[in-house]
Amino acid sequence: MTDDAILLETRGLKKNYGAVVALRSGDISVRAGEIHALMGANGAGKSTLVKVLTGDVTPNAGTIRLEGREVRFNSPANARKAGLASVYQDVSLVPLLTVAQNLRLTGTTMAAIRPWLEELELGDVDLAEYARDLPTPTLHLLDLAQALASLPRLLILDEVTATLPADLSERVFRVARRWRDEGRSVVLISHRMTEVKALCDRATVLRDGSTVGVVDLASSGQEEIVSLMLGPAAASVVVSEGAVADTAPAPKVDPSPAVEVRGLRSGLLQDVSFTLRRGEVLGIVALEAQGQADLFECLSGNRRPDAGEILVQGKTRRFRHPHEAIGAGLVLVPADRALALLRQRSVLENIALPMVNQLKRWGLINTRAERKRVKAATDRLEIDTRAGSRVMRLSGGNQQKVTIARWLATGFVTLLCFDPTRGIDIRTKEQIYRVLRELAASGSAVLLFTSELPEIQLACDRALVMFGGRVVAELTAHDATEAALLRAAHGLERGGTGPAEAAS
Amino acid sequence: MSAPATGLRQGRWVAFQGMLRDRPSLVLVGVLLLLVLAIGVIRPGTIGPSWVANTILFAAPLGIVAAGQTLVMLTAGIDLSVAATMTAAAYVAASQSYFGSARAVLLALAVGLVVGLVNGLGVAVFRVQPLIMTLGTGLVISGGLLVYSLNVSHQGPPAVPDIVRYVGAGKLLGIVPVSAFLWAAIATIVIVGLRQTGYGRLIFAVGDNPIACRLAGVRAWLVLLVTYVICGFLSGVAGLVLVGAINAADLSLGDVYLLPSVAAVVIGGTSIYGGNGGYAGSLLGALILTVLSSVFTLLDAPDPLKQILYGAIVVLLAALYVRTTGDDG
Repeated sequence: MTDDAILLETRGLKKNYGAVVALRSGDISVRAGEIHALMGANGAGKSTLVKVLTGDVTPNAGTIRLEGREVRFNSPANARKAGLASVYQDVSLVPLLTVAQNLRLTGTTMAAIRPWLEELELGDVDLAEYARDLPTPTLHLLDLAQALASLPRLLILDEVTATLPADLSERVFRVARRWRDEGRSVVLISHRMTEVKALCDRATVLRDGSTVGVVDLASSGQEEIVSLMLGPAAASVVVSEGAVADTAPAPKVDPSPAVEVRGLRSGLLQDVSFTLRRGEVLGIVALEAQGQADLFECLSGNRRPDAGEILVQGKTRRFRHPHEAIGAGLVLVPADRALALLRQRSVLENIALPMVNQLKRWGLINTRAERKRVKAATDRLEIDTRAGSRVMRLSGGNQQKVTIARWLATGFVTLLCFDPTRGIDIRTKEQIYRVLRELAASGSAVLLFTSELPEIQLACDRALVMFGGRVVAELTAHDATEAALLRAAHGLERGGTGPAEAAS
Repeated sequence: MSAPATGLRQGRWVAFQGMLRDRPSLVLVGVLLLLVLAIGVIRPGTIGPSWVANTILFAAPLGIVAAGQTLVMLTAGIDLSVAATMTAAAYVAASQSYFGSARAVLLALAVGLVVGLVNGLGVAVFRVQPLIMTLGTGLVISGGLLVYSLNVSHQGPPAVPDIVRYVGAGKLLGIVPVSAFLWAAIATIVIVGLRQTGYGRLIFAVGDNPIACRLAGVRAWLVLLVTYVICGFLSGVAGLVLVGAINAADLSLGDVYLLPSVAAVVIGGTSIYGGNGGYAGSLLGALILTVLSSVFTLLDAPDPLKQILYGAIVVLLAALYVRTTGDDG
C-alpha cells in the first residue's frame, strides 16, 4: 500500500479446455507490498488464473507482465525462478518420502528453510519423519515453508487456510503480513470473508471467468464483494451473516431422540455422550483432531467403537458396515468429496447409488421412478446438471450438493454432515444451510460438524464443542458466538488451564 | 442415456469430439469397416456371407470370454485365469463325454463356476490383488488339469460331445453360426444388465470408487464375488464353444486367448482402472482382433512380423482411444 509500483499485471488472460471456457478475461494487478485477495464463486476461474500465473497451464491468449516486462512461463519451475511461488489447498509433499527427502526433491536447502520453520513454529518437526506420518495441518505449513524458502516476490496462497484450524491459520497470516511489510506481495484466495477483510488490502473479483471488479477493502463492505461475485441477477439471494437461523422456523417440539450416544470411545474419542433429537440441527465444533472424525466414523457404521453405546430410536445398535447404519437411517456426507463421488459416472448414477443398492433388487431398475426421485433431489438443491454425464466435470459446489442430494433421494432419519461447506462459495453454502434447516423442520435430525464457526449460528439449534475427545461445552445457537465457541474449543471453559495451542 | 454435456454449439468439431467421447463404439465400427475393406482390397471376392459367418464363428469364443473380462475390468480388476479355465472346461467336457453329454457340459460349466468362486473369494474376501490371485489360480488350474489328464484316460477316448460341437461349429440353414445366437444372447444380457440393473450399476460404482461405495452402504465384496463367478462361468462357456468349433481338446487349447481377452476389452474402451466402459466396445474389439488376424493370414506374413504388427496395432488403438476420449476434467 505504501508503494504503488506494480509487481504483476495480467491482461485478458484466457484459457479454455475444449468447449469449456475456464478463464475468459483474467485481469489482475498486484502492487509491490500488498496482500491482494482473489475472490469469486466456485467455477469463477480463480484456480485457472493461479495455474496460469504459476506456469501450470499455458493460456490461450493474454499477457503477463512482471515489473513491466512481459513474461511467459511454460513450467512451474520457470515461474518459481521468476519469483512466483504458490501453495495449494492440497499438500504437495510426497507421502512416502521423509520431510528431508521432500525438501531435497524441490532443491530447498536446509539453510534456506530453517528460519521459515521457526517462523511457522515448526522448529520441533523431525525432518527424518515420513510425510505420511505427520498431521495434515503440519504438512500444509511445511508446504508453505518450502515456498517461502525460495523468497518469492509474489506468494500465492490458494485456499491454504480452508483446512487449517484457526490457530494455524493465524501463523499463515502472520507470514503474509510480514511478506507485505518487507515490500513483497501476496495473492490470497479464500472463501472466508472475515479472513479477507482482516488481512488484505485490495481484492480482485472474478465471475464466470472474467474480472468484474477490483475492490479497496479498507473502504468498502463485504456486501459489495458478494454482489460482485454473484452478479446482478443473484444479488437478491445475498443473506448477510446471522440471518438464516433467525428466519428459519422454530424447531418443532418433537423431543423423540433420533440418536443417543453414551460413553463412546474410539481413536481420539475419549468419552462422548449426547442426544440428537428429531427436528434439530446439532452443531459440532472442534479444532483439528479432537475426535470429531472418529465420532462420525462410528455413527456412520464405518468403524466399530472400542466402548460405549449408540442408540438409534431407543435401540442399541452395533454397526458392522455403513450398510447397517444406512438401514437404521443414519447417513453420512463425508468431508472429502473424493470419498463420496463416483467421478466418472453421471450425476444420476451418483445420486441413485444407495437406491440401487438399498432396494435389494439387483434386477431391472425402474428408470422412470428413479429419474423422478433424482430430479426432485437435484431441483431441491438447484444442482446444475448440464455437465452431468460425468460428475467430475461439475464445479466443486455442485459436486458437494450431489453428495447431499444422494441422501435426499434415498431417504434417511439422521443426516451426518462432516464439514459440508468446506471450500465452496457463499451462495452454495446458504443453499445448504437452508436445506438443512428445512430437513430439521420436517422432522429429520442433522448432526453438523463445521470448521467455520459462524455456521453454527447460521444453521444450528444447538452446538456441542469437543476438545481432547470429550464434549466440553453445550451452547444454544444464541450463545454460540464465535468468541464463545473458540474459547471452548481451546479447552478454556474448564478452569482455563487447557493447553490452548494443542491443536496440532 | 443421452449426452447432455456436449451440446455447446461450438462448431461441428467439438460436437464430433463429444460424439467420440460419449459414443466410442462408432470409432470402433469405423476401424472394423476399414479392416474389412482392407481384406476386400487384398483379395477381392473374399467378403461375402460365408466369410462373415466364419468370422463370427471364430470370434465367438473370444467375444464370450471378453464379456467376463469386461465385467471384471470394470471393477478395476483383471482375470488372468480365463485362458486356463477355458482349456480346463473344454478338456473336462471332452474327457467326460463318455458318460453322456449332459454330464460333460455340466461338469465343464462347474469348472468355470468353481474357478470364479475361488478367484472371487480371494479378491473380494481375502483382498488379494486380482492380478496375483488370478495368475495363481490360472497356474493351479493348468497343473491340476495335467494331473487330471494323466488319470482319466482309462475312462474312454476323449471326444467332443455332439451338443458342444453343434453349438460351437453348427450352422443354421448351412450359413448362420449357432454360436452367434449364444453370443448375441450373452451380449444382450451383459449390455442390458450393466445399464439397467442394480448389480450392473454397482459394478461401475465399485470400479470407480470402492470407498464411496462403502460409505453409500454398498457391500463391495459381494459385487466383486459375483463378478468373478460370472467371469469364471463365461470362461467355461467360451471354452465349450471353442472346443466345439475345433472339435479336439488338448491341454493348451485356450492359451492363445489370454492376452486377446484383455486386448479386446482395452480396445473396446473399458478403462483398466475401472468404472468406465462397457461390453459393446469389447464385442467390437473381439471382432476387430479376429478380422485383424485374418488380414495377416491373407497377407501371408511371417509369424514374427505378425506378432509385431498385432502388438503395435493393439497399442495404437488403445492410444487412439485414450486420445479421443481421455479427459480428466
